[in-house]
Amino acid sequence: MGEENKKVVLKVFRTNYNKNESSHYDEFEVPVNRWTTVLDALLHVKSYSDTSVGIRYSCRMASCGSCGMKINGRPSLACYTKISELNKDVIVCEPLSNFPRIRDLVTDFSQFFDHHKKIEPFIHNDLVPLDIKDKDDLVEFEQSPKEVDDYLQFSYCIKCGLCYSACPTVATDPSFPGPQALSQTYRYIADNRDNDKSTRFNILDERHGIWRCHFAGSCSAVCPKGVDPALGIQLLKGHMMGFSKNDKKVANLRAKNKE
Amino acid sequence: MGVNFNMASLRLRESQIMKIHYLTGIVSLFAVAIHILFRLIMPFGQSLLYQNVISNYHNIFYALLLESILVLISIHGFNGLRIILIELKQSSRWESTITILVLISMIGIIAYGTRTIVIASGL
Repeated sequence: MGEENKKVVLKVFRTNYNKNESSHYDEFEVPVNRWTTVLDALLHVKSYSDTSVGIRYSCRMASCGSCGMKINGRPSLACYTKISELNKDVIVCEPLSNFPRIRDLVTDFSQFFDHHKKIEPFIHNDLVPLDIKDKDDLVEFEQSPKEVDDYLQFSYCIKCGLCYSACPTVATDPSFPGPQALSQTYRYIADNRDNDKSTRFNILDERHGIWRCHFAGSCSAVCPKGVDPALGIQLLKGHMMGFSKNDKKVANLRAKNKE
Repeated sequence: MGVNFNMASLRLRESQIMKIHYLTGIVSLFAVAIHILFRLIMPFGQSLLYQNVISNYHNIFYALLLESILVLISIHGFNGLRIILIELKQSSRWESTITILVLISMIGIIAYGTRTIVIASGL
């Protein structure tokens, strides 16, 4: 029997909070190949079974982070999850946990992005004004491969919200910034072009800040881009407690000595 | 000239509190280990006899060890309780109430425990 004839049941969570619809699951039978992803299956449902299924997607190649959902109970990107790798005949698709739900598999990311914006995710440097009016204000910074390595893996974050959905602290404490915002804070603190870590420390050093991370590590387990947010958070805690090696201070001193 | 007393200036930053939390946790591990090892200087059953326990209290170093365990574990434990409780609800009123209640309970437990140690050691 050819692989083309295989079918799985797609069990999709359905609701519309704007219309006070009660939540339920709809089941659809979908033909699958070895390479069919969950997003392909959902788009098949939209094309041939029920056009009203609400999903959000864009790039279909794990770059935009739009199609995050819980697949068989685990936060995953629909476009990056092959049905053949799930080894199940029933695939359950649910909206991400820890996010307010809008409709079907679509969730509201406003709070998630608010946390991200709050940590000021851009380079702070005294040499460069934040609003550049003249091209002469632009400054070039040199970075060695080692300095890039310090933060590179954290810059692969696509803001898909899977780590935020998997975090048990966010589930009980919505004021907690979450693994994404915290690991991005580390990304900027570890960047040798940034010289204003005290601002970000002040933002995170509060009752619902970084110290509420209990190191469950589920954020790192679900990241589709291989980022390790749990590592970033622990390294950031080390910086805040003064246990870091102060690489940046040493580099600054060396630069001053050269001058 | 009046003295400006500002409660906010007394408030510790969360990183300072967590430094104290981790430090008290690590130090109390060693202190409790010494406390348990004291049970091994004689057969375990005998070490818990009334007169042996009281004579332990009369050893000033042992009494100081017990006092330090009391203070370290009270600080560590009550801060742990505060952390659990402030995660449950997000309002500054709840957080302040919890912090004050936990501080009062901690001071009460330390005071009562110290009283017991002082009476038993016959100081």
